[in-house]
Parts: sequence; C-alpha cells; structure tokens
Amino acid sequence: MSTLHTVNKSPYEKSSVGSCLAHVNSGSAILFYEDAVYATIKGASIEQLVTGTEGVKLYALGADLKARGITDDKLIDGVEIVDYAGFVDLAAEHDRVQAWV
Amino acid sequence: MAIEVDGKSLETDEEGYLVNLDDWVPGVADIMAAEDDLVLGDEHWDIINFLREYYEEYQIAPAVRVLTKAVGKKLGKEKGNSKYLYALFPYGPGKQACRYAGLPKPTGCI
Amino acid sequence: MSEDIKKFMYLNRRAPHGTIYAWESLEVVLIGAAFDQDVSLAFFDDGVYQLLKSQDTSGIETKNFSPTYSALGDYDVTKLYVEQESLEERGLTLDDLMDLKWEDEDDDWAEKDSIRLVSRAELTDIIEQQDIVFSF
Repeated sequence: MSTLHTVNKSPYEKSSVGSCLAHVNSGSAILFYEDAVYATIKGASIEQLVTGTEGVKLYALGADLKARGITDDKLIDGVEIVDYAGFVDLAAEHDRVQAWV
Repeated sequence: MAIEVDGKSLETDEEGYLVNLDDWVPGVADIMAAEDDLVLGDEHWDIINFLREYYEEYQIAPAVRVLTKAVGKKLGKEKGNSKYLYALFPYGPGKQACRYAGLPKPTGCI
Repeated sequence: MSEDIKKFMYLNRRAPHGTIYAWESLEVVLIGAAFDQDVSLAFFDDGVYQLLKSQDTSGIETKNFSPTYSALGDYDVTKLYVEQESLEERGLTLDDLMDLKWEDEDDDWAEKDSIRLVSRAELTDIIEQQDIVFSF
C-alpha cells in the first residue's frame, strides 16, 4: 500500500511533521502544505530529520511556499514543488491519504 | 447598501465604504463627495491619490497623524497639518478621504 | 516626554499565514501606536517567518500584509528585535529578512535600520525590562 501523507502545521510549533516523518515507510510520499512548508527550508535544524527517510518522496505546495517567501534557492534538494492540481494527482496516485492534522 | 457609479452598482458597507477595493474608479470619489455636498478640487485629489498610493505600497490606510506627517513631507509643510486637511475633508481626513479613495477605514479609527 | 510613558513590547511567535495571530498583532501595534508609548516588537520562534522577504500570497488568496511592516516606521515603531537563534534553527539569516527602515526626523530624515539582531539571552533581558508585554 502506498500512502500520501499530508501535513500542514509548522514543524517547530506542532509535533505533526516530526510524528509523520517517524511513521512513513519507503514507497510513501509526504506533501507539505500551509505552515508545514517551513519544514522544507534547507540548513534548518530539522533538515536531517526531513531528508532522513529513505525512499520517501517529498512534495511542497507552490502557492504556500510563495506566500511565505520560501524561494526555490531555500528548498532542501529533492523537494518537488506541486500546484493544486498536482496535489489532486498525488492523492489519486496513492492508495490512500493520511492527514496529519 | 450600494452606490451608483457610471451605471454600475457598487456595494458599500453600513458606513459607506466600498466593500471591494477593486471596484474603485475616480467617479466613486466624485459621487461620494456630491452626497456630502462637496465638489472635489485638485487639493482633494492630491490627498486621495496620496492615500491610494500609500495603500498600494503598505496595504493599510494610514492613521491621521501618519497621513499628516507624510503629506507634509510629500506635498509641502504648509499642507502637512490637520487644519489644512480638516478644511478639505471636514468629516475627518482619515475617515472621509479614505472613503472617497475606496480604502477601508484607517486602522485605529473608531 | 512625560513621566507616564511605559515600555510596551509585543511578542510575535507565530508564522504569518496559517493563522491570524501575526496580522492581529500588527493591527494592534498600529492602533496602539497612537498612544505615544515606548513600543518595541520581538520576533522569535516561528515569528521570525513574518519578516521574510518576497512573500506573495496571490496563490492562496489571503491579504498579503508583509508590506505593512515597512509602514511601522511611519508609526514611530522603530525597534524590531529579532532573535538570532530562532533564525539559525530555521536555516535563515538576516539577509533573508525584509530591509526595514525608519526615518529619523531629528537627524535630517536619515534612514536607519529597524531590525536589531539579538541573542536569546539578550532578548530575555529586553523582555524583562518591559512594563507591559502582549503575546501573539
């Protein structure tokens, strides 16, 4: 079973990003949106946690990155930017969606 | 509530401010002024245009004392005082001029 | 200056767009600025994100209030303390923040920096010196 995990809370304010990263298996994907996109900035204290999951694809919602001033040069390597349609596609491509609220 | 400008009906709130900032056209100011028995001249327009530029840049309508200071700096010291601004906009330069300019009520104005 | 001037500090600890706290804080600061007190702002924890450059909310259809921080100088709010450790933990530096200035009327309108980078220990002391603290 492949799972799309979605997280929307800041990793520094809530434990959902951390818990999500601790509960993903290889072959799954994580989509960061709303305040969770702050988890995709490189050079941050949680970068190793975010990149430490093997075989897990990382996505971030473009509109939320743009709103928060997170430009492409600030992103962790390997994080793929998707738009709202891409969000829908990801949900359709995976067997299920697990929301970390 | 609504006002009629150039044949279009534009929605306003209970205090007469435009609900949608994007609805604004210069005719809005003329019609609102006419309802207050005022005819707008260049000096009014200097202030209205200044307010629109300020909003465009900072996304807020300035408080009266900020407006006064900024007008003094931009349009000259003799215009940067509340006497001059109240003479132009007797209902209060913040409230009245912002309404004509299509902006929300200045933050902090009651 | 009268004897009644109190030191007011607003603590900003939340990221800007996911919740309403940051904008509410900014509105209260602008309203409170009318009372001629000694006002300063602290940005730490996720609050440092409020000051990031190039924020553009057109894609999420909310008000982009980040340009409003540039108006604070007009309201005589000229002390914005930013905590160094909070920036570092988030992979950010001072260069990632907006270049906020205020004009000093008493110094021929010279432009001066509003942002003051401070350490966690320094900020702790600055907060302790305040008469009134508002948390957002």
